[in-house]
Parts: sequence; C-alpha cells; structure tokens
Amino acid sequence: MSTLTLSGINKRYDNGAHAVRGVDMEISDGELIVFVGPSGCGKSTLLRMVAGLENITEGEMKIDGVRINETSPADRDVAMVFQNYALYPHMTVFRNMAYGLSNRGMAASEIEAKVRETAAMLRIGDYLERKPAQLSGGQRQRVAMGRAIVRSPKLFLFDEPLSNLDAKLRVQMRIEIKRLQRELGVTSIYVTHDQTEAMTLADRLAVINEGKVEQMGSPMDLYSDPKTLFVASFIGSPHINLLPASFEAGQLQVGATALPGFEGLPEAVPLMLGIRPEHIAQHPEGGIEISVDLVEQLGADSLIYGAVSGFDSAEPEELCVRAGEALQLAPGERIKLNFEVDRAMVFRTDNGERLV
Amino acid sequence: MNNSFWRKLSTHGILILGTIFMSAPVWVAFMSSTHAADTLFREGLQYWFGGHFFETYNEVLFVEGGVMKKVTALEMLGNSMILGLGFAIGKVVISMSAAYAIVYFRFRLATPLFWVIFLTLLLPLEVRIVPSYEVVAGLGLLNTHTGLIVPLIASATGTFFFRQYFKSVPEELLEAARLDNAGPMRFLIDVLVPLSKTMIAAIMIIMFVVGWNQYLWPLIMTTEENSYTIVIGIKQIYQVLSEGGELPQFQKAFALTILAVLPPVLVVLVFQSWFVKGLVESEK
Ligand SMILES: Nc1ncnc2c1ncn2[C@@H]1O[C@H](COP(=O)(O)OP(=O)(O)OP(=O)(O)O)[C@@H](O)[C@H]1O
Ligand SMILES: [Mg+2]
Repeated sequence: MSTLTLSGINKRYDNGAHAVRGVDMEISDGELIVFVGPSGCGKSTLLRMVAGLENITEGEMKIDGVRINETSPADRDVAMVFQNYALYPHMTVFRNMAYGLSNRGMAASEIEAKVRETAAMLRIGDYLERKPAQLSGGQRQRVAMGRAIVRSPKLFLFDEPLSNLDAKLRVQMRIEIKRLQRELGVTSIYVTHDQTEAMTLADRLAVINEGKVEQMGSPMDLYSDPKTLFVASFIGSPHINLLPASFEAGQLQVGATALPGFEGLPEAVPLMLGIRPEHIAQHPEGGIEISVDLVEQLGADSLIYGAVSGFDSAEPEELCVRAGEALQLAPGERIKLNFEVDRAMVFRTDNGERLV
Repeated sequence: MNNSFWRKLSTHGILILGTIFMSAPVWVAFMSSTHAADTLFREGLQYWFGGHFFETYNEVLFVEGGVMKKVTALEMLGNSMILGLGFAIGKVVISMSAAYAIVYFRFRLATPLFWVIFLTLLLPLEVRIVPSYEVVAGLGLLNTHTGLIVPLIASATGTFFFRQYFKSVPEELLEAARLDNAGPMRFLIDVLVPLSKTMIAAIMIIMFVVGWNQYLWPLIMTTEENSYTIVIGIKQIYQVLSEGGELPQFQKAFALTILAVLPPVLVVLVFQSWFVKGLVESEK
C-alpha cells in the first residue's frame, strides 16, 4: 500500500564520513528490496535514514509521494527489526508488542486482539507472559518481528535480523520472513551482507558499495548481467572466476594463453575476464589448462579448484569449475577446459566497467 | 587435611575477632542503656542486661522533657527519617534527571557539564558550608526540613553512576522506543526507570544511610530543639546531662545512640539482597 522514493540521498556524518553518496531509488508497493554490500558500505545508514533515526544530509525521501525528510520516526509509520532485536527487557512479550500500539492511543481491547492474532501468526502465542530473557534466540527474533507486524506499518525495515541465529534457524526464518511479507504485502527493505540471504529473499536487490548503489535489479538479472566488476564479484557462490587479461592483436591474452572470440576491446588497458564456475567445462581441446588442487564433492555436483597454467607461479590464479558429474581427479592432474564465450564477461580493471 | 583444618580455624578465628571488635561497643552501649543512672555512675560501663530497659526507653522515646527539654526521641527520629528519605529520594531524582539529560540529549555542552558536575566532588558541603548557611539563612529556611535537605541534594556520585549505567543501555532500545511513538518522558518512565530499578534501590539505600548520619550541616542549621535530628540529639544530650545538680543520665544517652543506629541497620538488612543485586548485576 506504500511506495518509497529516494532521490539524491546523501549522508555525511559529523566526523566527515560520507556514508551514503547520491542514492536514487524507487520502491513500489509490496516489494521486498534487499540492500546488500560489504561491511561499512552504508547499508544500515541508508536504512536508518528511511526510519528517521538519522538525519538526511541531502536529497529527498518520499513515502506515497509525500516528503518525509522532516517527519519524526514515529509519524513515518515504519517498523524496524533490529539486529540485536532491541526488545524491552523488563516488559513481557505481550507488553513489548503492545507498547507501540498503546502509545498511539489504541483501545485496550483492540490491542489485545491484534497482539493475540499476530502472536498466533508467528507461533509465539504461548509465550506472551514471558520476559525476553526467558526466550530462545529464535523466539526473541519472532517477538521482534511481531512487534513490527502488529502495528501494520507502511514499511518494514530489517537490519540484519538473522545474523544472531545459527545457520539452520537462519534458513527457516528466512523462508518465514519471505512468506509473511508475501502474505501481508507490506513494502519492505531488508539489509544483509550475506549474498545468499539477499538472493533468496529479494524481489529486487540493491548492491551497495562505498555508499553508492552499484546496481539494482532482480537477483537473476544481477547474477547473469552484472554491470560492474564489483557486482559480478559480490553476487554468486562460489564466486565468479576473475582472471587478469589484456587485449592484444585481436585476441584476449590471459596469462600465456590467447583466447579467440573477443572483439573490439580496448588495447593497453588492464582487463579482467569473468567466468562463472558453471560456464566452464572439461574439453580435450580447451584453451585453458589448470592443474587440479582440490575437488569438493557437493553431492549433486562437484567443484574443482586448480591453478591456471601460463601464469607466474609466484602469483598463481585460481579457477573454480562446477562439474555436473562426480569426477575422479587426483591433485596435480592437468585438465583442459573450455568456456562459453558468449557468457563470459570482460571488465576494465581500473574503473570496474563492464565491456562485454 | 590437618592443614586445612588449621587454616579454617585460623580464618574463622580472625573473622570472629573482627566481628567482636566491631560490635562490642554497640553491645556495651546497649547493655549500659538498660541500667539505672546511679549504677552507671558508680560502676561504669555495663556488659550485661540491667532491669531498666522499658523505663529508660519509654522515657526517652515518649516523655517530653525525658531526654531534651522539649523534644522526644520519637520526634527526633521523625526528623531524621524525613532527612534520610528526602536526601535519598531527592538525590536519586536529581541525579537521574541530570544523567538522563547528559546521556540522551545531544546538546553541545553535555560532556563539559558532566565534568563540572563531577568536579563538585572536590567541593563537599564542609568546604562551602559558610556560603550555604548564608543562602539558607537568607531564604529564611533555618530550622526547616527544606533548608536541611535541599543544600545537600545535588549528587555528583549519583549522577556519575546513572550516567555510566545509561551509557551501557543499548542504543537500539531508544530507537525502538522512538519508532514506538514514545517521547522523552515516556522513554524515561517506561523504559529507563524500570531498567534501573535495582540501581535506584542501591543508591537510595546508601543515600538514606548517609543522609541519616548527617552531622555537621544539621548541627549548624538547627537551633531549635524541634528540628533536631537524632544524631544531633546525641550530641546535645551531653550538655543537658551535666546541667543541674542531678546524676548524669548516661543510660539515656546510650539509649539514644542505640535508637539512632537501629533504622539504618534495619534498612540495610531488609533491602540487603536488592542492594547487592543493584551493585553487582544489571538486568539488560
Ligand atoms: N554514527 C556514526 N558516526 C560516524 N560515522 C558513522 C556512524 N555510523 C556509521 N558511520 C560510518 O558510515 C559508514 C557506513 O556505516 P554503516 O553502519 O551504514 O555500514 P553497514 O553497511 O551497515 O556495515 P555493516 O554490514 O558492518 O553493518 C562506515 O564507514 C561507518 O564508519
Ligand atoms: Mg549495518
């Protein structure tokens, strides 16, 4: 029921840190947007500006077309789930969830009904009389979610809400958050530095680097069509293979090997060849040769790691190949590889721009 | 085994000796207070119960002229209670509000102001007693409870403790409260006060005892018997004792001493568990 528009948003902290640099973004109704990026890139800062917990240095922010730069956090009608949950330790689960409602002057009977309904939805109905200290980490997480949901806000904001949970619970809660968000249809922003979480949750994903949105789009778009070297290297697990290259005499020179099939690239500029592990396959006449270091058997497929021949052995370049069948390879064995030229990417190393 | 037995014996021995050393004077005072004036005059201090407990304490507590000329010990206890409670509550309220302002309101002078408050530790009442007296006298507050309490009420120590505690409260709690539409007063009352209740209790207990035992300020401030606190009463009774040709009423002085110790001891005993909890742990 709500859209969020950011235009030219900048944040400079008092200490001079320029944490967010010119972010433009349009988030439509009911979308789940994930901000993803390395630590310190400004994701939390941007989210907290949306919440109203940080001032906006420059730019304009609108909810449903109405400017909210000067609106207080409470009046923005947004709800936030914090990384450490920030539950009120001295209040029961019920009071924790009811507090925001009673502060808004809702009638006690209505509060009671809303809290019970939300608690049932999150399966915390049995714990309403407990204090947060008497709950497990996962239950506390649900209470924190409940506190946000019960208010039926215009926007949900999540700042790394799952990072205090163990791996199994994290996957469960991730699915649950996605399900709840679908059901409730509330426009949401979710901050994480975990790219798996980002890929699985997002309708659209904003990759943030040094305060700027590098690229925004659906997870598959970003995966298959990254616009910059940073996005390519950030999205995907295992990581994309990146090999330093240069364009000489109409051929892409990677180490000592010349690879055909590339055209019109600038010469005398350091380049980076990017190939996803699943786009490489063993081939008797392949142009790239590796000597196998390690094979990881994942069951359905296996990952082969090896050093690319033709590079200085002092600075070896590792390559990862995703092979469908379980290959029996001994360490040190040399294999030849071929890759799909039309799915390979070439970037400029200096500014990260994608050329092919 | 043998070794540990002797170790146990010696440590317990030392502890018992220490306890006796500390409590013996109280015991002697209590015992002496249950004897008649002439026994004390003839035989000196007493180490066991005498037969005049009810008589002495009744006279001291309830009979006008029994101990002072006009005021009974009960009234003096009342004054002390008002001083102790006013002192404790006032200090907690003032230092908590000061710490709240310093920690949660980002005004430019917050840190310098905190250090100024902290520096007042170097200026205890004893140092500024003359100007304080001038002010209180000028306001016509001599011999009043207000005059007794207000000049003592600001507390650098309390402010310091609350500040440290508030700083340890996670900032997200404040942010969550802001999103929950809780203004500054709401946040203080609904979140900070309940969170710091053990801390409040501990500071109140300490301050009550300190307030109860105030000596110099009430001594200077109070010139009428009706406003004497019990501690001042103990001091004054010796003047009364030696007046006139009667036997000095030492048993009454001792009774007054015992009465003066009793309330702080009770407070500490009753609230002991809270007290320790407040100083040792924090519910977060
Ligand atoms: N209150 C502050 N005052 C000054 N600088 C700050 C403040 N908060 C954050 N910064 C700086 O702003 C930048 C972005 O911080 P932010 O917390 O948004 O990072 P993040 O992307 O959320 O990282 P993480 O994944 O580690 O949470 C950092 O360089 C940080 O040092
Ligand atoms: Mg963060």
